[in-house]
Amino acid sequence: MIKSKISIGKIVIYLILILWAITTIFPFIWVIVNSFKPSAEVLTSSFSLPKEFTWDNYTNAFSKLKIANAYKNSLLISGTVTVGVISVSTMMAFALTRYEFRGKKIIESMLVASLMFPVFSTIIPVFRLMSITDLLNSNWAVILPQIAGNLSFATIVLIGFLKSIPIEMEEAAYMEGANVFQVFLKIIIPLSKASISTVAIFSFLWSYNDLFVQKIMIKDNTKYPIASLLEEISSKYGTDYGLMASSVTLIVVPVLFVYIFLQKNIMKGLTAGAIKG
Amino acid sequence: MLYKKKWPLLIFVVPGLVFLFVFLYLPFVENIKNSFFDMTGVVEMPGSPWKFIQFDNYKKLFSDETIAIAIGNSFRMMGLTVVFEVGFAFILAVLVNNIRKGQQIFRTVFFFPIVISATAIGLLFKLFYNYNGGMLNQILKSLSLDPVNWLSPELAFLMICIPTLWSYVGFYFVILLTGLTNISDDIYEAADIDGCSKFKQVFYLTIPMMRPVIVTCVTLAVTGALKVFDLPWVIAANGAPQGLTHFLGTYMYQVTFGMNNYDYGSTIAIVIVVMGVVVSRLVHIIFRDEKKEVGR
Repeated sequence: MIKSKISIGKIVIYLILILWAITTIFPFIWVIVNSFKPSAEVLTSSFSLPKEFTWDNYTNAFSKLKIANAYKNSLLISGTVTVGVISVSTMMAFALTRYEFRGKKIIESMLVASLMFPVFSTIIPVFRLMSITDLLNSNWAVILPQIAGNLSFATIVLIGFLKSIPIEMEEAAYMEGANVFQVFLKIIIPLSKASISTVAIFSFLWSYNDLFVQKIMIKDNTKYPIASLLEEISSKYGTDYGLMASSVTLIVVPVLFVYIFLQKNIMKGLTAGAIKG
Repeated sequence: MLYKKKWPLLIFVVPGLVFLFVFLYLPFVENIKNSFFDMTGVVEMPGSPWKFIQFDNYKKLFSDETIAIAIGNSFRMMGLTVVFEVGFAFILAVLVNNIRKGQQIFRTVFFFPIVISATAIGLLFKLFYNYNGGMLNQILKSLSLDPVNWLSPELAFLMICIPTLWSYVGFYFVILLTGLTNISDDIYEAADIDGCSKFKQVFYLTIPMMRPVIVTCVTLAVTGALKVFDLPWVIAANGAPQGLTHFLGTYMYQVTFGMNNYDYGSTIAIVIVVMGVVVSRLVHIIFRDEKKEVGR
């Protein structure tokens, strides 16, 4: 093809795209810059660089708010949810793609149907269950329902993948004397690494970002995970703009780094179900 | 051979089934049952039994003004998500698909807000909307205009919708762009040769070929709109001001855990389920591909 000249159309396209890109980036830059200013300065000149550079908002976030503790709680909760979802859903998906048994169809339709249950429709009885078993205010009260909430979707994604693995390799391993569990651990899991990481990513992010379940199950503010803590900040310290800015920054920046390194996997993880339709 | 012996099934299937039953199916059924009772507490205590009240909670739905607002807002949100999330994401995806340089950068940037929690985004926008020294009012001030109460009864709903819609555009953008890149270039080249303009190509080629992906996105968007909770709650808790910014999720939360009216909360949850099912059926009916069905 002849070297194409820069058309007006292309310029307009780039302009629109760049404008939208600015709207997505700008708020985050704005909040990061402002987190280094004293609150009074955020109030009056939030668009300039800090005149008076300060770490106060950060020291406040760690001393007043125990943000490190909240991080620890969140990582514990979401880490356990991720491990839980992965183990339970790979086993389910393995059983449903490799075995023929009565009730298989029923289980499959149960998985699909449960995708239609919004968290609102199960939360009250689960809350009751947690209060009877005395698990309220513990991480388990968040972990268990969140595992269940991600389980169906994870299993469906994994079933789609496991179906595509040819069964011959497993049969061969069996001939060599391997049992079902060895086949599962040594063949199925290594082969499905990519799909498992997809499942891991969306389970982790959904759990990490979800405020609703945390808010209901954990009322003791010394045990707050990150989302609950953020909500508390917004209602309690709503006038301390510097502190709000630093806490948002503390949430955004780690995620930003992880995102830069894992963006392909993250996009795949979060849009997985959608593309399959 | 390997999978003839069935007993390992117990180990593989039972944990999943336990989770499904204990945390999804049984609670779901219990929630339906609860909506027909007057729950004196979340746990039934001896001495204050729950009373069977038939359809009272459902009748209450019709006289409750706030639920009317919440349903209205949820419907409006659905409409907005279809137009501004899916629609706008589609335009962006078509544009990005037409350029060569920078595709990857735009993907990365547009998608980023999805990975940030709605709670953090809510907090961020609160800093924008604050009356005293919020970002928007600082802009107005520098233009020597009067400050605006961005969360006033008239504006609050819109101001809550903006971050909700904004943060999800990238999600549909990535899905749609993946769909677009799967369409073969040959088709567009043939259309070019036939003298079909780029603009017409979008309507006569892209949209029909992308139909299944678009239907998926619209379904996700409308059912997603029913589930919004975190962002509106952080920006305006309890539907402030005056319950005007309630969505079904936030109202369900307030009724259940704010006013401890567990049975009415259960009823609202059922409304959410029913609306979800009805709306996704509707999307399928509206977007059904008649040609395909007649043809095959």
